[in-house]
Amino acid sequence: MAKGERGTATRARPAAARRRVNRNAADPELVQLLTPDGERIDRVTGPDGTQYTVDFTDAEYRALYRDLVVVRKLDAEATALQRQGELGIWASLLGQEAAQVGSGRALRAQDMAFPTYREHGVLYCRGIDPIMPLGLFRGVDQGGWDPNEFKFNMYTIVIGAQTLHATGYAMGITMDGKVGGDDGEAVIAYFGDGASAQGDVNEAFVWSSVFNAPIVFFCQNNQYAISEPLERQTRIPLYQRSSGFGFPGVRVDGNDVLASYAVTRTALDNARHGQGPTLIEAYTYRMGAHTTSDDPTRYRIASEVEAWQAKDPIARVRAFLEKQQIADADFFAEVDAQAKQDAVQLRERVLSMPDPQPGALFDHVYAHGSPLLDTERAQFERYLASFEGGSH
Amino acid sequence: MAETLTLGKALNAGLRRALDSDNKVVLMGEDVGKLGGVFRITDGLQKDFGEDRVIDTPLAESGIIGTAVGLAIRGFRPICEIQFDGFVYPAYDQIVSQVAKMHYRSQGKVKLPIVIRIPFGGGIGAVEHHSESPEAYFSHTAGLKVVACSNPQDAYTMIQQAVLSDDPIIFLEPKRRYWEKAPVELETPPGTAYPLHAARTVRPGSDATVLAYGPMVRTALDAATAAAEEGRELEVIDLRSLSPLDLAGTYESVRRTGRCVVVHEAPTNLGLGAEIAARITEECFYSLEAPVLRVGGFNTPYPAARLEEEYLPDLDRVLDAVDRAFGW
Repeated sequence: MAKGERGTATRARPAAARRRVNRNAADPELVQLLTPDGERIDRVTGPDGTQYTVDFTDAEYRALYRDLVVVRKLDAEATALQRQGELGIWASLLGQEAAQVGSGRALRAQDMAFPTYREHGVLYCRGIDPIMPLGLFRGVDQGGWDPNEFKFNMYTIVIGAQTLHATGYAMGITMDGKVGGDDGEAVIAYFGDGASAQGDVNEAFVWSSVFNAPIVFFCQNNQYAISEPLERQTRIPLYQRSSGFGFPGVRVDGNDVLASYAVTRTALDNARHGQGPTLIEAYTYRMGAHTTSDDPTRYRIASEVEAWQAKDPIARVRAFLEKQQIADADFFAEVDAQAKQDAVQLRERVLSMPDPQPGALFDHVYAHGSPLLDTERAQFERYLASFEGGSH
Repeated sequence: MAETLTLGKALNAGLRRALDSDNKVVLMGEDVGKLGGVFRITDGLQKDFGEDRVIDTPLAESGIIGTAVGLAIRGFRPICEIQFDGFVYPAYDQIVSQVAKMHYRSQGKVKLPIVIRIPFGGGIGAVEHHSESPEAYFSHTAGLKVVACSNPQDAYTMIQQAVLSDDPIIFLEPKRRYWEKAPVELETPPGTAYPLHAARTVRPGSDATVLAYGPMVRTALDAATAAAEEGRELEVIDLRSLSPLDLAGTYESVRRTGRCVVVHEAPTNLGLGAEIAARITEECFYSLEAPVLRVGGFNTPYPAARLEEEYLPDLDRVLDAVDRAFGW
């Protein structure tokens, strides 16, 4: 959200929408607060009886919309940068903006996030400069940020590995005595439908359960693990997996930013108050390719993509804002302009990222160094200096 | 004030010291709590430091290491016990892909002061997967440091030094030597003791250099005693640190003796001995009277217990290699 928008109560709209219960007959267990055509559902009951709702001011609704638009625009810019050879690869979040913005905005300042390599939207919502992960995709570094500074771990490429890191971190919260109150800390671990098959994810479920760790497992089920459909990973809905491990699971409409926010906020608050883990399955769709190296036309049909296009996470918020007269044409134009400007800035900054110096490849292998590396570095520097002009 | 301890008890005393000196140190693994570990190395520690500091974990090795990563990111200093060498492989991905690389990837911003204790090697008559020597897998991986203790004093000191290190350390314990006793000086602070990543000459000699680590140091020393009776003085060096290797003393020794034999239980093919031989050859080429020879496990899976005496290097195979070096 832009500065000043969040938490600025303009006018309360407790009855902004018609009071409705979950009308989602197609999937009664899908928690949804905003339908694809922008109808606001006031309150929804989850599978375990938990009531979900949100109580946003107009400014907060507008801020969520702004997040969604900016995040999508930055993502599109990164895809373009890859196509132009400026990034080696890009993992697009297209279609998953609501799941990421909703869950990302549900985090409190003291909470810690463990992303995969696709959580650019969560990163943005943590207030982190969107340039930060671009070095990884351009190949000038391998992440290189301090997780504790940003409360956002480095991207993890190995599928599911971070869920164990998140679990250990959450165990540490308990050991530090930081659960039990509103100021308690919680962890969110992101992963996908493919990762749900990984041993590490299942071990993370076991560990977090037996240690009652303050953690939320946020699975973005985007329906595909590169080319493999969900049916190759599971015979039951993913959110139901948690019951075998002894903690609650809930499926949320991952294209609904309001429901994603509400469900995540509730789960995080439960965790921080000592009620242990929750599995959230954010039911969504990867509109683009797995990464820029992928060709989804080989494994899925256009009509499926079109059906999900109709559930677009941004269009429904815009429809809601328009219907409820929360935002006008000037606002939408201004958001588009800001997003475009952010994208231009991102592009310029990516292009001006310096390549690392050759000797940097020896840096930071060890905290205390290594005589072997010292020798190799010295030999390599002599080798480089042996070329005409003193460098290669 | 020295106290006579077994290697296992010395480790226990070192772990107790480490837990006592820093409340961010936690010990975690399978059966490390009430049982005190299957080798009793952590005996009594949970009773004294509590279930939050000495944690009985679920039976999942990847989970042990993966959660240790998260704990370390939060500022803890986990000591992970892997129950047996052959059970480390479920954690191999976390160790190689996560633990080893985190400091590098983060450009030094994330330190993972994790110690991974692994009882390693054979000679105890165990069933399969309980007698392996996986050190080359870890020594080959940049970002990890690998050490092996061979005697009670080193066990006591090195485990404390490993816990103090900000680098992740694979700490190999020679399980068949757990019950060997020696006097242990308990008062020397780990910071002023003999350095962790340094080799040590444990027997001086002038005729050939024998390198060993972990359980094979005792074997090499026995071989040296036997060789002395035949009039050959073997210099025995305990490598102690397998990554990084500390070979300066070895080079000096080989330049004097002209002959070198490297001994380990692990298979010779692409084992640590191969790397050591290559480095000695580069550094001591004009001093060598014979190629550097390797004595190790055969290039088979670890055999059934009743064959392990044939498989494992012993005094005679070390002396045979020394003879071959002299006959070259």
